[in-house]
Amino acid sequence: MSDLNGTRQLLQGNEAVVHGALAAGCRFFAGYPITPASEIAELFSILLPACDGTFIQMEDEIAGMGAVIGASLAGVKAMTATSGPGFSLMQENLGFACCAEVPCVIANVMRGGPSTGLPTSPAQGDVQMARWGTHGDHPIIVLALSSVIDSFTITAKAFNLSEKYRVPVILLSDEVVAHTRECVELPSTDEIRVVDRIRPSVPPDWYTPYEGDARGVPPMASFGDGYRHHVTGLIHDKQGFPTQNSSEIEAFHLRLAHKITRGFPEIQMSREFFLDDAEVAVIAYGSVARSSLRAVQDARKNGIKAGLLQLITLFPFPRGYVSPLLSQCRAVLVPEMNMGQISREVHRVNQTECRIVKHNRIDGQFITPTEIYKQLIKL
Amino acid sequence: MHVPARELRQEYLRHDKKFPHVWCPGCGNGIVMGSLLRAISSLKLSKDEVVMASGIGCSGRMPTYLDFNTLHTTHGRALTFATGIKLANPTLTVMAIMGDGDATAIGGNHFIHAARRNLNLTAVIINNSIYGMTGGQYSPTTPFGARSTTSVYGHVEHAFSISELAVTAGASFVARSTVYHADLMDKLLEKAITKRGFAVVEVISNCHVQYGRRNRLGDAVEMITSYRDNAVTVRKAAAMTEEELEGKITIGVLADREMPVSTEEYARIRKQAQEKKK
Ligand SMILES: Cc1ncc(C[n+]2csc(CCOP(=O)(O)OP(=O)(O)O)c2C)c(N)n1
Ligand code: SF4
Repeated sequence: MSDLNGTRQLLQGNEAVVHGALAAGCRFFAGYPITPASEIAELFSILLPACDGTFIQMEDEIAGMGAVIGASLAGVKAMTATSGPGFSLMQENLGFACCAEVPCVIANVMRGGPSTGLPTSPAQGDVQMARWGTHGDHPIIVLALSSVIDSFTITAKAFNLSEKYRVPVILLSDEVVAHTRECVELPSTDEIRVVDRIRPSVPPDWYTPYEGDARGVPPMASFGDGYRHHVTGLIHDKQGFPTQNSSEIEAFHLRLAHKITRGFPEIQMSREFFLDDAEVAVIAYGSVARSSLRAVQDARKNGIKAGLLQLITLFPFPRGYVSPLLSQCRAVLVPEMNMGQISREVHRVNQTECRIVKHNRIDGQFITPTEIYKQLIKL
Repeated sequence: MHVPARELRQEYLRHDKKFPHVWCPGCGNGIVMGSLLRAISSLKLSKDEVVMASGIGCSGRMPTYLDFNTLHTTHGRALTFATGIKLANPTLTVMAIMGDGDATAIGGNHFIHAARRNLNLTAVIINNSIYGMTGGQYSPTTPFGARSTTSVYGHVEHAFSISELAVTAGASFVARSTVYHADLMDKLLEKAITKRGFAVVEVISNCHVQYGRRNRLGDAVEMITSYRDNAVTVRKAAAMTEEELEGKITIGVLADREMPVSTEEYARIRKQAQEKKK
C-alpha cells in the first residue's frame, strides 16, 4: 500500500502513478530515464526500498522491460515507465510478456514523435502503437490517464487487470497529465481493491502451466515456489513447451484472444457526461478529455445538446459504449493530439449515418476548450 | 562425488516431455549441459531453487530440456530477465545460458552492464564462433579471415575475447574452458555458481555443422581434439609471449575477486530506508 492512501495531497500526475502502483501492490520498478516520465523512476527509487520493494535503473529500456518480466515471473508485481523512444525499444520484450502471459504494467508518458521527436511537448501519437507495437497478433490492454486522480486510480486498476488476465497493461499518459499538479483526495486503503494473480491450487505434479481456467487464464506459479515449469516466447502447448502442431498453435492464439474478449464488461471503462439527450458528442481521452468536458459544459450553457464520452480503455476498443452513441448523435467530434488514431477506431465501429469529425493537433500544443467549443458549435 | 550419467539424466532431464532435442549430433552444447548438471548435482542444489534462463540460439534451447524453473527469453536479453528474477527473489540460484552472438552482439550491452553491476548471477556463454541457429553467419567471436555465410570471402573484422571483456567490465569471477576439458568445466561451473557476485564461464565449443565445415576444421571429434591440442592454462599462458599465444586458448580462472554485491548492498539500503520510516 501507499502511505498516502486516504489523505489529501498536492501531486503531479507522474507521482500519482507511483502511489497508485504501490497501492495496488507493485514492488518492483526497472527502467531508464526519459522525459517526461523520469519522475516516476525517481519517486520509485525513493519509496520502494522502504516497503521491501526493488528499484533498478537498467542500461536501456529493453533491459528495463526484461527485468520487469523477470520480477513478475518471480512473483512480484512490477512496472516500468517511459516515453516514445523507450516505448519503441520495449516492444520485443512486451510481446514476450503477451506470449508468455506475464502480468506487468508499462506507463508510456507520451511526447511528440516520431523518433526523438518533441521532448516535453504533449502528444497522443503512440495510441495505435500501444495496441499494435509488438509484432504478431497479441492480446493487450491500453488505458488512458486524464488527470492526477486517474493517474492514481487507473494505475491501480491497471495492475488489477494485468494480474487477473495475465496480460501486459499499457498506461498512456501525456506530458500535460504527467506534469500537472493537482490537489487530490486519495482513496483510503479500504476503498482500493487489490487483485492478485491466481496461483495454482493443485499439487506441482498436476500443474499444467498454460491451461486456462474457465476464463481462459491459467493459474500462475512463481519461480521458486515448487511448481517447476518452462516459460518461453515460442508458441507453446499447455505444458509450456514449444509446439509446431497447428491445432495447438491455433488453440494458443484463440485462448489468448478470448480471455480478453470474455473480460470486456470489466476491462472496458469510460465516463459519460451529458449524454442522455445529446445530439452531438465529443469522444476524447487523456488530457484532451478535460478540455472537452469544459467545451461541452460551455456548449450546454448556450443551449447546444452536447455530451462527452471519455474513453479510459482505448484497447480493446470500447465499441460497446461508442456504437450506441453513434446511433444516438447526428455528429461526433474526436479531438486528438495526433493525426487521428482513435477517430479511425470510431470510424471502424460506425454503422450509422453519424458524421465523425476529426480535430487534430500535431504541433506540440495542447488542445484547448475554446478550440473544441468552436468545432462543437459547427457540428 | 561422481554421479553416474544415467542418474543425472533421470534426475534432471525432462525426458518424458521434451526429447528428442534440436541439437546436431556431436554439438558441444550437450557437453556443456552435462557439465552444468554435474556441477548442480555436486552442489546439491534443489531443483526448485534453480532458475535457468537463456536467450535465443541453439544454446538457448538448453533450459527447455531441464527440470528446473526454466525461461527461454528473447535474443540477447537473458541477463535482463535474470536480473529481475534475482532482485525479486534473491534466494534463488539464477543462471543465464547464452551463445556468443546472444551474449556479445545483440546482448553485449546487457552483458557488460551485468558484469559491472555485480549481481549474484552466473552467466554461461557457449562460444562456438558462429551464429549456429540461423545457419552460420559471423558473430562477434568469428576470427579474422574465417568464412561464414555472411563472410564467404573471409571475415574482415576482429573477434572479441569474451572473457577479457568480462574481466574489464568488472565481473567478480571469470573463467574459460573448452568442451574438451569437461572436468575443468565442472569445477569452474561449481565455482561460478557458488561465487558471491557476477560470475562468467566462457566455454569454447564446436559448431562443426555451421562453422567447422566452412572452415575445414573437420568433424566434431576433430574440432574437440584441436581444443585439447591448443589449450594452455592461465599459468602457462602468463609465461608466454603474444606470438606464442597466437591460436591458443587460455583456460582456467582469469579473474576471481571479492567486491560488494549489488543485491546485498540493496538489502542494506532497504533496511536503512525502513528504519528511517519508523
Ligand atoms: C531480435 C532478433 N534478431 C535476430 C534473431 C535471429 N536469431 C536467432 S538465434 C541467432 C543467433 C544465434 O547465435 P548465437 O547467439 O551465437 O547462438 P548459437 O545458435 O550459436 O548457439 C539469431 C541472429 C532473433 N531471434 N531475434
Ligand atoms: S548448428 Fe551448430 S551450434 Fe547449433 S546444434 Fe548444430 S552444431 Fe550445435
